[in-house]
Amino acid sequence: MADHNAAGPSRTGPQLPTEPAADPAPERRSRTYEVMARVRAVESLQSELWDRGLVSGELHTGVGEEAVAAGVVGQLRDGDAMALDHRATGPLVVRGVDPAALLRETLGLENGLCHGMGGHMHLFAPDVLAASDGIVGSSGPTACGLALAGRHRRPGTVAVAFFGEGATNAGPLLESWNLAVAWNLPVLFVCKDNGWAITTRRRDVTGGHLVRRARSFGLRVRSVDGWRVEAVTAAAGTLLDAARAGRGPGLLHARVRRPDGHFLGDAMLRVLTDPVAQMKTLAPGLWSSARTSGGAPLRGRAGAATHLGGRFAALAADRAFRRRDPLAHARRRLPPEVADMVDARVAEEVAALTADLEAELSAGPVGGAR
Amino acid sequence: MSTLRFGAAVDAGLAAAMAEDDSVVTWGEDVRLLRRELLVRFGKDRVLDAPISEAAFVQAGVGAALGGLRPVVEVMLADFLATAWSALLNSVAKVTDFSGGRWRLPLVVRTACGGWYGDGGQHEQALWGSLAGIPGLKVVVPSTPADAAGLMLAAVRDDDPVVVLEHKLLSEAWLDYLGGSTRGNLALDVPAAGAAGEVPQPVRPTPIGTATLRREGRDLSLVAVGVGVHRALEAADRLATEGIEAAVLDLRTVAPLDREAVVEVATRTGRLVVVDEDYIRAGLSGEIAAVLSEDGVGARYARVAVEGTIPFDRGREHQALPNVDRILQAAKALA
Repeated sequence: MADHNAAGPSRTGPQLPTEPAADPAPERRSRTYEVMARVRAVESLQSELWDRGLVSGELHTGVGEEAVAAGVVGQLRDGDAMALDHRATGPLVVRGVDPAALLRETLGLENGLCHGMGGHMHLFAPDVLAASDGIVGSSGPTACGLALAGRHRRPGTVAVAFFGEGATNAGPLLESWNLAVAWNLPVLFVCKDNGWAITTRRRDVTGGHLVRRARSFGLRVRSVDGWRVEAVTAAAGTLLDAARAGRGPGLLHARVRRPDGHFLGDAMLRVLTDPVAQMKTLAPGLWSSARTSGGAPLRGRAGAATHLGGRFAALAADRAFRRRDPLAHARRRLPPEVADMVDARVAEEVAALTADLEAELSAGPVGGAR
Repeated sequence: MSTLRFGAAVDAGLAAAMAEDDSVVTWGEDVRLLRRELLVRFGKDRVLDAPISEAAFVQAGVGAALGGLRPVVEVMLADFLATAWSALLNSVAKVTDFSGGRWRLPLVVRTACGGWYGDGGQHEQALWGSLAGIPGLKVVVPSTPADAAGLMLAAVRDDDPVVVLEHKLLSEAWLDYLGGSTRGNLALDVPAAGAAGEVPQPVRPTPIGTATLRREGRDLSLVAVGVGVHRALEAADRLATEGIEAAVLDLRTVAPLDREAVVEVATRTGRLVVVDEDYIRAGLSGEIAAVLSEDGVGARYARVAVEGTIPFDRGREHQALPNVDRILQAAKALA
């Protein structure tokens, strides 16, 4: 492990400017779009590998969260730390971690980022002080500890915690908000609010208002459209500056979409993407159970069926992703010829990555695929 | 009798319990989706979605049971039980004793556990040994659809807290929910006899605390729970081709342990291998060694269990879990 008390991060991937404000605006926009496009491309590759049966278990992508990753992580400096959740790939790519190492870890290869021990949900990059955790809500308390260590060992640095709004019902996360305020820790909490806790609607399990809730803890809060990278960057910048200067922790509330569902193969999503096959599987059991004697009266059963229907309808409405695709938005902010150039560069990178991976895959069985 | 898949069988046991007693209420993360068939039969008042607040909604189960319900609290994965450990350790397991037996706690905690599908060491732990170490908790781990239904029904009828662990590899419903069944190209070694089987209709309760012999044998005993039972049966088939007849004892309940059954089979065969998907230290496998020792059984003993963090990589995951080759090796070392 690197001695991160002394050494700065040694990055293998492309660098983002550490002082984005010093860049001329068009150049900055182009770099931001490029890193977002790289994140999308790496996660698309992950999805493809999963589809092919080369990745076992669950796979959570951060598609829809690219602007949050780029807008927040793009502003981090040497010595800053990150506590990540189960969608950690994007922030790590933005931080400059080698995409090839991330993809190999997704495949469970010995030469992956963590030697194939953790997989995509448990990614650790000590040289950039980034640790992820698959237990919902853990990132908040971990970031508090990283920030405390930062205050001792790396003054002027911050720690960032990423989590979804579902995590704001986990006790330890709420406790970490109080801890950060009570100890005046340089923490930025980043809440990616996609409106769904796994496959349950936020409104069915969350009371009150998240922004007001965070403010009542004494956090400095900004709420933004998470698909607009310029909005994320501006709000995160303000909060990071305050935290860095010792003026207290902040929370960035970013409204995002989740077009891939909670994880790939999301059962709720499949009902929408493959309705005929799914209804063939689901309908007989539902129908026979609804008609079995012993249980609720008819009105209760009808209410339950209505609830299920409403849940799917809400998901369907939520899937209008294209208009709020963070990547498309970032692209629209560039002159078309610049955007084309960036796309070509990323495509070239991805082609090289794919070729390397395919070479490794042809060397032997991976991930338990047939 | 009807043929049910393992996951459907657990729900059939719960449905039977809900139909016979309207104080049975279930809640947990995504439960209205996962238990949608219970939802449309028993209504929203008895099937509730919970926020990702395990510490609160498990502890709420204590209050609900004290207040007159028979809650079935579902924590999605056994690994996440850790976030509600205080509720389990300090409340669920203590109420009856602290009240001098004046207040019983008819609470079921239901959770999915286990690996063999490559989900990494934080989402596929077994943990039944850790749970069984807590006095005041009963812990059951079915290996067949009949016992999945029967142990769930028995757990809900029990007046004391019971943790029901359903192994994900046996449950088509869990593998499907986790995205698995969308991919025909993922190779999973699912034991057919555990994944689907005959379930009596109406569901018959399986007595908690009783093991059952799945295979007779005079040379050696393999003692297991959950998927381990099926791995042991496969190992026994292979041993038989080499002239070694192995008995397979399915414990079904980890706490309270069926000591008599363990002692009986060990005494009869003189050799015993524990097949345990849980951690090797301070758990089920060591407990069985202690039982043999306390009862003066001089059987030769070995164990195949999980010795470290379960690796994400499928190849190393397979090595870490009690696979058939490891069982054979341990068995032959005793032979």
